[in-house]
Amino acid sequence: MIKKRKYMNPYLAGVLLGLVLLASFYLTGRGLGASGAMKSVVVSGVEKIAPSHVSNSGFYSKYVSEEASPLKTWLVLEVFGVLIGGFISGAISGRLGLKVERSPKITNRRRLIFAAIGGALFGFGSQLGRGCTSGAALSGMAVLSVAGFVTMMAIFGTAFALAYFFRKNWI
Amino acid sequence: MGPIIPVFGISEELNLLIAFIIGLGFGFALEQAGFSSSRKLAGMFYGYDITVLKVFFTAAITAMLGLIFLNYLEMIDMGIIYVNQYYIQSAIVGGVIMGAGFIVGGFCPGTSVCAAAIGKIDAMVFIGGSLLGIIFFGETYSWWEELYNKNFIGSPKLSNTLNLKDGVLALLVVVMAVIMFWLGEKAEKRFNRDDIIKEI
Repeated sequence: MIKKRKYMNPYLAGVLLGLVLLASFYLTGRGLGASGAMKSVVVSGVEKIAPSHVSNSGFYSKYVSEEASPLKTWLVLEVFGVLIGGFISGAISGRLGLKVERSPKITNRRRLIFAAIGGALFGFGSQLGRGCTSGAALSGMAVLSVAGFVTMMAIFGTAFALAYFFRKNWI
Repeated sequence: MGPIIPVFGISEELNLLIAFIIGLGFGFALEQAGFSSSRKLAGMFYGYDITVLKVFFTAAITAMLGLIFLNYLEMIDMGIIYVNQYYIQSAIVGGVIMGAGFIVGGFCPGTSVCAAAIGKIDAMVFIGGSLLGIIFFGETYSWWEELYNKNFIGSPKLSNTLNLKDGVLALLVVVMAVIMFWLGEKAEKRFNRDDIIKEI
């Protein structure tokens, strides 16, 4: 078995992530994203099941193009890369393995219920807020956009403000 | 002259290959930083591990300064770089809901994909929840449409709003980040939880 290795120095990892983000801007003119790819998966799924529902919806219809499938979009391929890149990193550092990560004070069941609720909130919020931590906050701040700074402060400020109420789940 | 793809144009296949390669780097950096662990991410909000602050701000500053230098060297046309649109209410309300999702679920969308990649089951469930949240937004779009489109004020840059040069604002962000790193490192000592750090 590969010995579990330590994480990279956070400032070094930050520079690495920043260079990936810069490369994205230099090559494509846009930053990174994650929730946009999830939206493409949803639009594609709904389109398969109920095509007329998509064309009648004020939301879904905005994201359907005539020629390409929503799964063959830039962001979906990028997030597929995130999956493989994360896997490679985990393999190199000996961190692969099925696991529910939780505080010893709570059960797996409780952790998973909260993960589902948190995911639903994040998914919903990322649509309303036009992007998540990657596309709105990180990429938005890199181009000095007001929206990026505002969304970043709203995300982190709220998480800090609510941390006390969910402390049992984490500490 | 960048950005390469919008300026020169390339084939669809090559464009998608570049997307995949950038994603590889993104996922690799996130996982190496430890963003594949929800308890490491959550440490930010209890002070025992502020990796999120360090990585997030270092990355934003690296890209911010990189763009300023590329612009100064006339290697990039900043006029066609995407600047996020600002709809006041939806940016704030959306951010607040995302913040709640962060502390409840322990991930954000990018980190959940990276954590699922190494086998974290909580991350897989988080992704499932996210898809449901997006479907819910799509199905109830008419309820939120007004809020979603309210007070659109274009794509303002903070430097213009504050009447500062980009470089001056970037310097201020760097100074603020250094102060936050210093405070954060103190917090890590003050709220030290060796029992958790050992496990993550």
